[in-house]
Amino acid sequence: MEYFELSLPSQAVTLAAPAPGNTTDVLCGVVASGNLEILVEAHSGADVRFMVETTADGFRETWDAVLTQFAGSHASGGLTFTMNDVGSTPAVVALRLAQAHESWLRAGSRA
Amino acid sequence: MNTRKERLAGISHLLNGHHVATDRMVEVLDALIRPGDRLCVEGNNQKQADWLAECLAKTNPDLVHSLHLVQSVLALPEHLDIVERGQVERLDFSFSGPQAGRLARLLEGGKIKLGAIHTYLELFARYFVDLTPKVALVAAQMADREGNLYTGPNTEDTPAIVEATAFRDGIVIAQVNQIVDKLPRVDIPADWVHVVALAPRPHYVEPLFTRDPALITEVQVLMGMIAIRGLYAEYGVTRLNHGIGFDTAAIELLLPTYAESLGLKDKICTHWALNPHPTLIPAIEAGFVKSVHCFGSEVGMEDYVAAHPEVFFLGPDGSLRSNRAFSQAAGHYACDLFIGSTLQVDLQGNSSTATRGRITGFGGAPNMGADARGRRHASPAWLRAGAESAAPGAMPRGRKLVAQTVETFREHNAPTFVERLDAWDLQASANLELPPVMIYGDDLTHLITEEGIAHLCRCHTPQEREQAIRGVAGFTPVGLARDARAVENLRDRGIIQRPADLGIAVSDASRDWLAARSIKDLVKASGGRYKPPMQFRNW
Repeated sequence: MEYFELSLPSQAVTLAAPAPGNTTDVLCGVVASGNLEILVEAHSGADVRFMVETTADGFRETWDAVLTQFAGSHASGGLTFTMNDVGSTPAVVALRLAQAHESWLRAGSRA
Repeated sequence: MNTRKERLAGISHLLNGHHVATDRMVEVLDALIRPGDRLCVEGNNQKQADWLAECLAKTNPDLVHSLHLVQSVLALPEHLDIVERGQVERLDFSFSGPQAGRLARLLEGGKIKLGAIHTYLELFARYFVDLTPKVALVAAQMADREGNLYTGPNTEDTPAIVEATAFRDGIVIAQVNQIVDKLPRVDIPADWVHVVALAPRPHYVEPLFTRDPALITEVQVLMGMIAIRGLYAEYGVTRLNHGIGFDTAAIELLLPTYAESLGLKDKICTHWALNPHPTLIPAIEAGFVKSVHCFGSEVGMEDYVAAHPEVFFLGPDGSLRSNRAFSQAAGHYACDLFIGSTLQVDLQGNSSTATRGRITGFGGAPNMGADARGRRHASPAWLRAGAESAAPGAMPRGRKLVAQTVETFREHNAPTFVERLDAWDLQASANLELPPVMIYGDDLTHLITEEGIAHLCRCHTPQEREQAIRGVAGFTPVGLARDARAVENLRDRGIIQRPADLGIAVSDASRDWLAARSIKDLVKASGGRYKPPMQFRNW
């Protein structure tokens, strides 16, 4: 088990961040072998924050590369991604992040 | 005492026509097989002459030894038991599957000499040149009183083995599940068969091509979408062969949903060289599929196949006639695309499933995953791939599309992309003449990963090719070492296409696109005709 937090610069997310307590938090994915779950929440800062709990030790460099690419390609400033990982491949992490991001935007536009 | 006639005369007291009693088979083998014989114990991908293999392992090593095994698949423990008993001197084969580890140990221990690891077509071809079996032990479903054989849906390798053996003064011995007065159809005529015996239980058949849709991941759905838009639709691929894995099962299940939504019905995937994959059922039901020729059958698909004479090759009895040799030839010469998966890809695009300590062999993938240099007939997909690959001023010709679809990381986060294939280590440890490469890089035209598709056939230099491979290699060390500028340049030129470049929203890659999401869905789609084997009944 390994836990780390990472803060990265990212373009501000395109929707106005909802007020605390708003129901636009999005949970995405399933914890199972080779899968992970992601919770997306808004925060008041300009950065994008990742809080990662993973069962696979020793892949910190790969995590940094995947999360840095995501922060650069998806406007996520103002969002926190809390991730609970059970040994996913980088492909799954990148796909789930993109899905969580889009789900948050959709939920935000309905709110 | 070496002609067939002389050898059979030695067991005339045991023969009733072609038939011998079940409990005399070991005696028959002791009498018929001579030291130095080339012996084929029919082992196919699926059907196994397992009882005859057991009898062989009970023969007297003083009489039966110095054998040269020439058979496509070494899947049963008995195949290697006779090696361990010191009865085998030399081995030529194609695929070892579950025996890969044990075979590697026997070779490393010097217990046996390896002729070669063949592809199916090569080994079948050598049967007719210099590796003709003297004795062939084959499996059939039924025999009649005269010794005609009914091989049924799993005909597989039997015609190639029997034709070579029977017409070169060799002896064909068949185990059958049943002896009947009248066969549903004759697959092998009695005068090509010399000894028939009722096996104490039906021969084993492995359900090798059943993939449970419940295990298909969203990344595989994404890669399937990339394949359909970037490869199938782009080149208008109508004649093709699929590998065995979950990646291609995902594509099969996306045809009646995703591909249909793109208006691709009748434009792609109409004619196949393929086993009757259960995951192809929804596409057949949707009218996507016009024709399928099969290497072998698949357990549980018999009734479904029999209900579709407009799609499958059936006998006059209504059941499937498969033939591995013909389907391999079809896969090599008549298909415009081969797509499969692999364990490792290097910087030249060479790929291999070899890992240290395991000699799995090749099977048929290299026959289909290779440009057919002898092909002369044209098709739009073949001409397009050829034109894209051509050096300036070269004689125009076509080219087969050969694609690998791989995730950048495998289980336990092992990178698929590597600087050096494990095949080199296996070559050294097993003393092979060449590293066992499944698909050579210069035959590979396309590489698909979750990062996108690399059109390798559009690269003009080895440097471009290497960057195109690195450019879809994701966060593997090989991918991270890419020249970012060169990769962006390849993307601008359409050599690398990301999902977005193909009009695919990554977030749209959902399992909801799969036409069946469980084995039970496949049963429903088949109208109840598909009867999955017990191990897949999980509802």
